[in-house]
Amino acid sequence: MLEITGIKEIIKPENLAYRKTSLLTDNTMSYCPGCGHGTAHRILAEVIDEEGLKSQTIGVSPVGCSVLLYNYIDIDIQQAAHGRAPAVATAIKRLLPDKFVFTYQGDGDLAAIGTAETIHACNRGENILIIFVNNGIYGMTGGQMAPTTLAGMKSTTSPHGRDVKTMGNPLKMTDIVATLPGTYYVTRQSVHTPANVRKTKKAIRKAVQYQKLDRGTCFIEIVSNCPSGWRMTPTQSNKWMEETMFPYYPLGDLKVPEE
Amino acid sequence: MKGNEAVAEAAIRAGADGYFGYPITPQSEILEYLMEANPAETTGMVVLQAESEVAAINMVYGGAACGKKVMTSSSSPGISLKQEGISYIAGAELPCLIVNVVRGGPGLGTIQPAQSDYFQSVKGGGHGDYHLIVLAPASVQEMADFVDLGFELAFKYRNPVLMLSDGAIGQMMEKVYLSPQKERLKVFAEWATTGKPETRERNIITSLDLDPNGQEIFNHKLQEKYNVIRENEVRYEEFQTEDAEYLLVAYGTSARVCQKSVQLAREQGIKVGLLRPITLFPFPTKRINELADKVKGILSVEMSAGQMVEDVLLSVNGKTDVRHFGRLGGIVTTPEEVVENLKSNIIGG
Repeated sequence: MLEITGIKEIIKPENLAYRKTSLLTDNTMSYCPGCGHGTAHRILAEVIDEEGLKSQTIGVSPVGCSVLLYNYIDIDIQQAAHGRAPAVATAIKRLLPDKFVFTYQGDGDLAAIGTAETIHACNRGENILIIFVNNGIYGMTGGQMAPTTLAGMKSTTSPHGRDVKTMGNPLKMTDIVATLPGTYYVTRQSVHTPANVRKTKKAIRKAVQYQKLDRGTCFIEIVSNCPSGWRMTPTQSNKWMEETMFPYYPLGDLKVPEE
Repeated sequence: MKGNEAVAEAAIRAGADGYFGYPITPQSEILEYLMEANPAETTGMVVLQAESEVAAINMVYGGAACGKKVMTSSSSPGISLKQEGISYIAGAELPCLIVNVVRGGPGLGTIQPAQSDYFQSVKGGGHGDYHLIVLAPASVQEMADFVDLGFELAFKYRNPVLMLSDGAIGQMMEKVYLSPQKERLKVFAEWATTGKPETRERNIITSLDLDPNGQEIFNHKLQEKYNVIRENEVRYEEFQTEDAEYLLVAYGTSARVCQKSVQLAREQGIKVGLLRPITLFPFPTKRINELADKVKGILSVEMSAGQMVEDVLLSVNGKTDVRHFGRLGGIVTTPEEVVENLKSNIIGG
């Protein structure tokens, strides 16, 4: 650990402005500086903690950057094969219907290799929460083109920019699942500003309530950044996300329950 | 009842918590029987038709990781699709039962019975250094019995168990004695993900270790487990081996055929015996090696181009002549063909 001069004088109870939820472990996160995963993990852990669901939750982590989710949140977690988290979560929820079950997946995991599992879990209306972190790129493997990579966007496997004629169009999975009768609540959010963090946290809280009421699949897309994969600084990446990602993946609710 | 139906009924009676499947000939009766029986209303067993074999095996992963008794079934092309999930299940050390009602391949092949998935079942199938415990039924009764035995072994060793049947045994009808109804599990293993109480550390089910040293230690641990299984779980049956001068080795449908071949050969004055492996992993290596000392030659009979024969050869270790005979592509060998082959290949060879 780095010794920071005077740190002991700074860390005092009276100076405490914010405390991390006890559900987040002290393990060093493997995420790059400025990445949205850490914030998404934090608010998910906060909701589980605040709703008193710590002993009632089973999470499913994907293959991708968030494969090590189980190192960061102090709950029971299963690590699924690439793209299969919704199938894994289906069985968990069917066999343990009283537990809160969520999957946490990236865009490659959910919208490419796991397309079938995602669509069919949503179509069956499995009573689970799917959190879909969309940064338009394969982060863990070094920045390859994802199904959600924008037209013209450069990646290591679309070095001249995504040519939609030969590489297909960026896939709006959230719009697709919103059309399925099995989904109950579908929303697209982000975690790049305090206001957006609050909105996303509120969406997760809603999904928890809906799952308690056995309403079907809740699907929360978090449009996020990948400074390393996009070859940008964190600040540049957030600006680029607002200017380029949000017009194609607009934030807001896609399907809200008729209460 | 049919072998496939026997598996389904035995699963309900074994107190299984979940079955996840996808239709494929010649085993669709398992899913159909369970849907018709609707055990959700009686035992509470979950039965789900998945969108694919891939999804079905991953549902098994999810259920098994909750400490539940879960299973899936399929036939050869579908089992190929499941291999990724099976490797993960083996790597995460989860108990489950997988039934393969084998048909001829490769590719889409034929819907007729075959034994050409031996390598896939016994030597790994998916990626990585792992083994399944492989049970080979030769009757409808054994298809029923091996459900319970399969779950027992799966939980004893935290290891997936594969029942390697074939299209003949799955489809044939025989009398079967079914076990009384067992209760479903009420207490779950300490490693299961059931929600983390204050009283224990969180349970993590994964097959990932980014540290190669850790992965090597884990792999050695797996191999130690397989050695314990090799030591304790070998099952086989012998038929007229006491005075045998020649030995047939065959499992499943081929073993039924060979039982008749033994009889035919003995009528012709040839002293033949049969060893039927019941577990294909672990393989009855030691017993075959003992018998190799006593016989003049061994014929390995399989409905394949010669897969199990490799394990027979390893078991015999050069002590006596070993040959393979088998029909391919979904054709069941006749008892007469086996005797003729024995005469031309082993006795006259």
